[in-house]
Amino acid sequence: MLKITDLKKSFALPDRSRLPILDVPELQVGNGEQVVLIGESGGGKTTLLNCISGIMVPDSGQIEIDGISIGKLSEAGRDRVRAAKIGFVFQTFNLLPGFTALENVRLGMTFANGKHDRDRAVDLLSRVGLQERMHHKPAALSVGQQQRVAVARALANRPTLLLADEPTANIDPSNQQKIIDLIRNCCAEENVAILMVTHSMHVAEQFDRVEKLEAINRVVASPSSTA
Amino acid sequence: MNLFHIAWRNIQQRGLASVLTMLSMALGVALVVLVLSIGWVVSESFSRNSNVGYNLIVGAKGGALQLTLNTVFYLSKPIEVLPYEDYLEFLPGNGRAEEIQKIGGRIAEPERKGLYSLYMGDGFAIPVCLGDYFGRFRVVGTKPEFFELLRYGESGEFEYEFAQGRNFQEYSEENGYFEAVVGHQVARAMQVGVGDSFQTTHGDPEGDGHGQPFKIVGILAPTGTPNDRAAFINLEGFYLMEGHARAFEDLTNPDELKEDVDRVVKQQPSRLPLEKRDVTAVLVRPGSGLFAMQMQQAIKKRPNAQAASPIEEIGNLFSNFVDPVKYALLALTAVVCVVSAVSILVSIYNSMNERKRDIAVMRALGARRDVVLIVILLESVLIALGGGFLGWLVGHGVGTACSSLVEDRTGIQIGFFTMTLYEWYIIPGLMLLAVLAGIIPAIVAYQTNVSDGLSG
Repeated sequence: MLKITDLKKSFALPDRSRLPILDVPELQVGNGEQVVLIGESGGGKTTLLNCISGIMVPDSGQIEIDGISIGKLSEAGRDRVRAAKIGFVFQTFNLLPGFTALENVRLGMTFANGKHDRDRAVDLLSRVGLQERMHHKPAALSVGQQQRVAVARALANRPTLLLADEPTANIDPSNQQKIIDLIRNCCAEENVAILMVTHSMHVAEQFDRVEKLEAINRVVASPSSTA
Repeated sequence: MNLFHIAWRNIQQRGLASVLTMLSMALGVALVVLVLSIGWVVSESFSRNSNVGYNLIVGAKGGALQLTLNTVFYLSKPIEVLPYEDYLEFLPGNGRAEEIQKIGGRIAEPERKGLYSLYMGDGFAIPVCLGDYFGRFRVVGTKPEFFELLRYGESGEFEYEFAQGRNFQEYSEENGYFEAVVGHQVARAMQVGVGDSFQTTHGDPEGDGHGQPFKIVGILAPTGTPNDRAAFINLEGFYLMEGHARAFEDLTNPDELKEDVDRVVKQQPSRLPLEKRDVTAVLVRPGSGLFAMQMQQAIKKRPNAQAASPIEEIGNLFSNFVDPVKYALLALTAVVCVVSAVSILVSIYNSMNERKRDIAVMRALGARRDVVLIVILLESVLIALGGGFLGWLVGHGVGTACSSLVEDRTGIQIGFFTMTLYEWYIIPGLMLLAVLAGIIPAIVAYQTNVSDGLSG
């Protein structure tokens, strides 16, 4: 469902030269597949997720999601694909502070299709164990609960791909595994593919496949890959 | 959840700043509403009296506006007077000769018709004498025809009615020449009713009191006109009060041309003779409206008199004074609203930096650039409309709180929902201001870089 070919991305430097940050000859994630992306800090992992989601435009190369070539779309088209097909879980949760947990989950629905599927949002929050806290604002939730809301929000629009950028980095160790299990189980239930960035080999080992983004910015299949 | 809901949540998130901004807009709108209400009250007060039931006010030479304000609205300083002989010139048919015989005294050419009788047809002329007060209210000496022939209302559709009692009579067995009718506000303020008597003071509310009491025989039903705030006494009684007889030589009617005329009605007590009488003004309605202009021109040529058209004078007053003042006040209050709109701009703009991440998150969740732009504009519009609604409530609340005061002064009743047509322009005006105020922060939101926002 995700197919990346010859993806290159560089950033402009103040002296007008360009710093290559990403060079991915090929990367594929199948339907429902759960893939982990590892690599050194500054190796372009977050940039790759941003390119996949259409937030950033690559210099060259192809990104296809469910057969749709992201590069050929306008910005509004990329926004639509992101809203409909991609769920995002951030390292810092990024819940909107003025909205309740339920409203945060429904927010993505508003942008995706304008439909107000409250039952779906309530169901998702129940599945992540927050049925009693859905009317609380983020400030009234623990960090673990906030990330659960973020997971529910990412799945609200029934995406086909969930992008997770170090989702447990800000969570205490005792809750990290719970969040990983939650993400994996929820995605498995809904047949949502996962591409998760992590630094934890312990987490990586639990996934179907591990892709390593080399410091030279080249994706190389890990020897421990199980795919 | 829709975009309004998202905008509202953002407003709540900036609670205190949003409330203060709304209050500033509320203040501006409350001022606009108050100015519009005051303008409406003044307009309504004048327009209700623009059709006073007569075409011309004839008075001594001087300012036409002052004559109108004095005679129609009982405002402004007292004016000079005309000899009673001038009033007689307006009586239709043989009215002049009949009036002379009824009163008696010295007058020139007692048998002839009035100079303007040809214009009068089935019209009328009613004399009024001003200058006395009952408490703080003006006293109008006039004839019973004042309430029988005059009409009021925008198209003169209403006749004067009495809430209690009846119209005064020129002479009655019971009260002689000394009957009076008072406006309903006078009755209320002075706490008098039918059967009570009052004495007038001369020249101003604190002037010397006349000894002669007048018996109140009727209280006018509310009319919303200045007549609610006046006391009306029989002209014959007015003349018989001390100090009301003419004490100077009438140069326009030389004595050598005058001859004595005996009163026809001998059984009634003596009246003030003709040569001792003055009038402040004569309210004239010619037989046809077309004659009014001709009469006005003819009267202008007289050495001592002028004829003012109340409709024209009121129109001039509005276009030269009331409207410019109203528009100046409206412009000032509009500036207050613009300042409030700027405060909305500043409030939202200042919040943009801290909301960069929120906007980036919305974009990451699939919100298009135009969607975040609309959300910010909606915030501005909601703050402006919320403040506007609050201001409308405050403006009308203050108006309602002052309603009894306004009614006392103008006869106009203000209800909470008394709205002027112009108030409907407040809503699109506010929305326009809000969009203008919100456009800069909305563009900032529109241009927010998502990856920078998420990593910031």
